[in-house]
Amino acid sequence: MFGTGIQVNEIYMIAGMALVTFGIRYIMFPISGRFQFPELFERGLKYAPPAVLTAIIVPSVLMPTGDILNLKLSNPYLIGALVACAMGGLFKNLLLTIVVSMIVFLGFQWVFAMG
Amino acid sequence: MTKHNKVSARKSSALSQFFEGAKDTLPLIVGAIPFGIIFGTLAATAGLSFEATMGMSLFVFAGSSQFVCVSLVSAGTAWPMIVLTTFVVNLRHMLYGATMVPFYKNLNPLWKMVLAFGLTDETFAVAVSRYCQKDEAPDKHYYNLGSMVFMYTNWNLCTFIGLTAGKAFPGISNWGLDFAMPATFIGIVIPYLVSKPMWASVVTAGTVSILAGGLPHKLGLMAAALAGVIMGLVCEKIFHSKKELV
Repeated sequence: MFGTGIQVNEIYMIAGMALVTFGIRYIMFPISGRFQFPELFERGLKYAPPAVLTAIIVPSVLMPTGDILNLKLSNPYLIGALVACAMGGLFKNLLLTIVVSMIVFLGFQWVFAMG
Repeated sequence: MTKHNKVSARKSSALSQFFEGAKDTLPLIVGAIPFGIIFGTLAATAGLSFEATMGMSLFVFAGSSQFVCVSLVSAGTAWPMIVLTTFVVNLRHMLYGATMVPFYKNLNPLWKMVLAFGLTDETFAVAVSRYCQKDEAPDKHYYNLGSMVFMYTNWNLCTFIGLTAGKAFPGISNWGLDFAMPATFIGIVIPYLVSKPMWASVVTAGTVSILAGGLPHKLGLMAAALAGVIMGLVCEKIFHSKKELV
C-alpha cells in the first residue's frame, strides 16, 4: 500500500501506533488508585500475547501463499516451524530457535527449488 | 561532585546504576539484534519507506507489534486496522505499567513518561527484578533508564542495519526471510506454554486463525486472538474447579 518516500498514510499509521503503544504503557501511572480493572479483564490479559502471536504464526506457516492450506511436508514453512517448535521446546533459547529453524527453512527451500 | 563523594562508596550512584542496568540487559540485547535487523529488511521488502521504518522504531519502539505491522502492510491492510491490531498486540504492556506503579511513585511525571515509553518486554523483565531486590539504593530508576537506553539504541541501530542490508541486496525479498517472523514468534510463544489453559488458548487461536482467515481487513486475527483469550479463561475456570473437587 506504500511507495517510496514517506507517505501520508504511513505518518497516520506511525502516529497511531506510537500513541496507542505509549498510552498502554503509561495509562496505569495517572489512573492508579483511582480505577481498578475488572478482575476478569486482568486475568484475560495474560492470554493475549501468545494468542495474538499464534494467530499470526499459523496462517503464515500453513498458508504461505495466503489463500490455500498447505499441509504437505514439501512446505518449507511447515518444516521450519516444526523445527522451531522442537528447538524452542528443548532448549528454551530464542536465538538458537530462530537461527536453527531459519537454516533448516532456507535449506529446504533451496532443495525444493533445485528439484 | 559532592553527590559523587557522598555515594561513591556504595554502588548506588546514578551513573553506576545506569551502567549496571545496561550490563544486565546484555543477554536480551543478543536476542534482539537479529530481531531488529530482520525487522529492517522485512519492512523494506514489505514496501514501507525508509523514513517510516526508522520512525516506527524511534517512536513506537515495540518489536512484536512492529513485525505484525510489517505483515499487515505487505497484505495491503488499511492503517486504522494496523493501529487497532497494534493496540491488541501491545495490551500486555498495561500489566507492566501496573506492576511499576509502586516503584515509580516518587518520580516526577517526566521520569514516569520516559520510563513508560521504554517499558518493553526486555527492560521490564530486567528492571522489575532490580526493583524487587531488598537494598535501599535510591537510584534504581537510573538502572531502569540504563536498560531502556541500551535497548532503544540497539533496536534503532539494528533497524538501520537491516534497512541498509535490504537496499544492498535488492533480491532479499526472494530469500524467504519472511520465515524469520514466525520463527521468532514461535520462540516467544513457547515459554508461555506452561499450563493447560495456556495450551488451550493457543490451540484455539491457531485453529480460528485458519477458519476465519477469509474475513476482510485481517479481522480473522482479532477473532482468533479473542477466541484464544476466552478459551484460556474458560479452561482456567474448568481446571480450577476440578482442582477444588480433588
